[in-house]
Amino acid sequence: MCVFQSTINYFPEEVLEHVFDFLSSHRDRNAVSLVCKSWCRVERFSREKVFVGNCYAVSPERLLSTFPRVRSLTLKGKPHFADFNLVPPDWGGYLHPWIDAMVKARANLEELRLKRMVLSDDTLDLLAHSFPSFKSLVLVSCEGFTTDGLAAIAANCRSLRELDLQENEVEDRRGQWLSCFPDSCTSLVSLNFACLKGEVNLAALERLVARCPNLRSLRLNHAVPLDALQRILAQAPHLVDLGTGSFVHDPDSETYHKLKNAIQNCTSIRSLSGFLEVASRCLPSIYPLCSSLTSLNLSYAPGIYSNELVNLIRHCKKLERLWILDTIGDKGLGVVASTCKELQELRVFPFDPHGVGYTAVTEEGLVAVSAGCPKLNSILYFCQQMTNAALITVAKNCPNFIRFRLCTLNPTVPDAVTQLPLDEGFGAIVQSCKGLKRLSVSGLLTDQVFLYIGMYAEQLEMLSIAFAGESDKGMLYVLNGCKKLKKLEIRDSPFGDVALLADMGKYETMRSLWMSSCEVTLEACKKLAMKMPRLNVEIINENEQMEASTDDKQKVEKMYLYRTLVGPRKDAPAFVWTL
Amino acid sequence: MAKDGLGLEITELRLGLPGGGFDQVMLKTGKKRAFSEIEEDHHQNGKRSNEAKSEIIPKNQVVGWPPVCSHRRKISFNGQESTKLYVKVSMDGAPFLRKIDLAAQKCYSDLQLNLERLFGCYGIGEALNDADSSEFVPIYEDKDGDWMLLGDVPWTMFIESCIRLRIMKRTDAKGIGIHPKSSLKGTSRDG
Repeated sequence: MCVFQSTINYFPEEVLEHVFDFLSSHRDRNAVSLVCKSWCRVERFSREKVFVGNCYAVSPERLLSTFPRVRSLTLKGKPHFADFNLVPPDWGGYLHPWIDAMVKARANLEELRLKRMVLSDDTLDLLAHSFPSFKSLVLVSCEGFTTDGLAAIAANCRSLRELDLQENEVEDRRGQWLSCFPDSCTSLVSLNFACLKGEVNLAALERLVARCPNLRSLRLNHAVPLDALQRILAQAPHLVDLGTGSFVHDPDSETYHKLKNAIQNCTSIRSLSGFLEVASRCLPSIYPLCSSLTSLNLSYAPGIYSNELVNLIRHCKKLERLWILDTIGDKGLGVVASTCKELQELRVFPFDPHGVGYTAVTEEGLVAVSAGCPKLNSILYFCQQMTNAALITVAKNCPNFIRFRLCTLNPTVPDAVTQLPLDEGFGAIVQSCKGLKRLSVSGLLTDQVFLYIGMYAEQLEMLSIAFAGESDKGMLYVLNGCKKLKKLEIRDSPFGDVALLADMGKYETMRSLWMSSCEVTLEACKKLAMKMPRLNVEIINENEQMEASTDDKQKVEKMYLYRTLVGPRKDAPAFVWTL
Repeated sequence: MAKDGLGLEITELRLGLPGGGFDQVMLKTGKKRAFSEIEEDHHQNGKRSNEAKSEIIPKNQVVGWPPVCSHRRKISFNGQESTKLYVKVSMDGAPFLRKIDLAAQKCYSDLQLNLERLFGCYGIGEALNDADSSEFVPIYEDKDGDWMLLGDVPWTMFIESCIRLRIMKRTDAKGIGIHPKSSLKGTSRDG
């Protein structure tokens, strides 16, 4: 059959396909498909998992004709800065055309993972009725649907294993969506509804848990009280990942006593989160879990006071991932440093950045953790202040950072001791951390920091810049230096046309570029759009006068450009102008 | 903006932390970009000579900063406490106990109001208002198991340590030197 193929091809296609089966990463599969035409063809027809980093880079129809056997689809919609209210509602990122196309193509969809997409109840309903083998729905930061849509999924997806809702905006319709799981549904492995605001039918929840013996991950919302948790845990002692709902009760009560027993039976729990409402006095009940925890997320639990938090963490010697609020303080981070020797990822979120009489964390906490946790490779750190000396120390202590995101609560704060910009500190980070893939900078920064980034950050794929730099040179250093850059997002920085237009071809090697409140003019954007037909250059303009005005010299408020195979999108709202 | 040494800065209305050491730059409405605004003010004030960005942007005027997703904002920010701190309240002479959420009160006077709602018919009003003449004394049990007079410590310290409340008959408080004037009213500023 492939006798007449090029002599490179020693193997029949079935063997190639079998070999490609071992490649799970989409990057590896992409690389394989570039080797030669026949490999490309074999790979295409055997690929089951497809990752689309920008839903507007390709059309659903085209995707389906390229990968006809797709069973698992990951889609990302809105730009990252949409998380911070920088993108107006109705910008786009709709799921419907994708489901529609897959229904028409009779695709055998089993898994759908979405991030920052907009989906309606009708779309969920269509999804639920169209794919009999549908197993897994993961929605992160999505919106547009209600609990009625969830009810449709629950009622109709007979083989559902996973329903994972993370940080979505879901309208509560006071229906009984949980009750819509039929009695015949026993296949659930993972259920996460922590982000839902409304009440759930507790009896239905308990029955569901009781009949799903494979349930390993369960994250409840705030409406599930502690007594229900106790009954649930009694039915599901094999849980590996637990997110509690409300964790408030009288510690003298029998319910609490039963909870303690139930928790002691849950010897498989490795990941703990929730505590959306919490009475600190109830926390000792979870101490038995702490010694085996590898992941702990208390970042939605503002009710845990600092000393209680610290007491808890002292028990968690095997922690690899910790998400907390900055109420932990520098001292608390010192305890993390001395206790959590296996720590790989730390995220410290701000509790109340505009509050009074409240100390966040400073550079001290970060230095302590970097010194105490040699395996640290990923950090997100919101802090009151920072110094170059601290960052230099951190860089020395932890050369293995893959993700380094620092956010000073005041975006342009200088070095707290020397009052100098933080260029040297971040410079040390990029120089030391040769594997750095993601970086967010903040604080007072000149063009110098971008010189360092361009020079040293060879593996950098994503860079976030806010209120930084002095001139076009800054942006140019980055565009010229970072060969692997995929996503660049910039706000409130003095980068303009010269930087934007210096290397237009670069943008075709990247997924996207976001620039808002910078110095870029309409004229430059038009020029770029004209020269680069395979880029969509979108201007977001909430002020209606822009299109009417003929002044090309005016500055553009928000620009989002991305490479695409399919030209300007047809679903852009009135305030989005594709040049 | 603070221009010269007339000391008028202290009377100036600003946004930001009280007594905080920041130089606040007011962003005028109608202007588009925070950055160019700040550059202007920098030149006007002739402050530090290095970077234009050394003027500190007031945190609460910047859209989308700090970069925290809206879902998280709703839950954590603005000191929004989602905790509940229910404690038992007993009153000598009342046939049953009640429970009250301390986290839902902002200060001692709130507590007083709510206790009155629960036990008003038993004369708690006098106990809290005019403690000298009242036959009741409000006390609470703290984490160490000691019974303390209500109102001595700042509110936030109180709610962290209070386990239960009791409105005790004065006649039971033999031998305890109580100075009721310090309770509930006139305590130093809460939190």
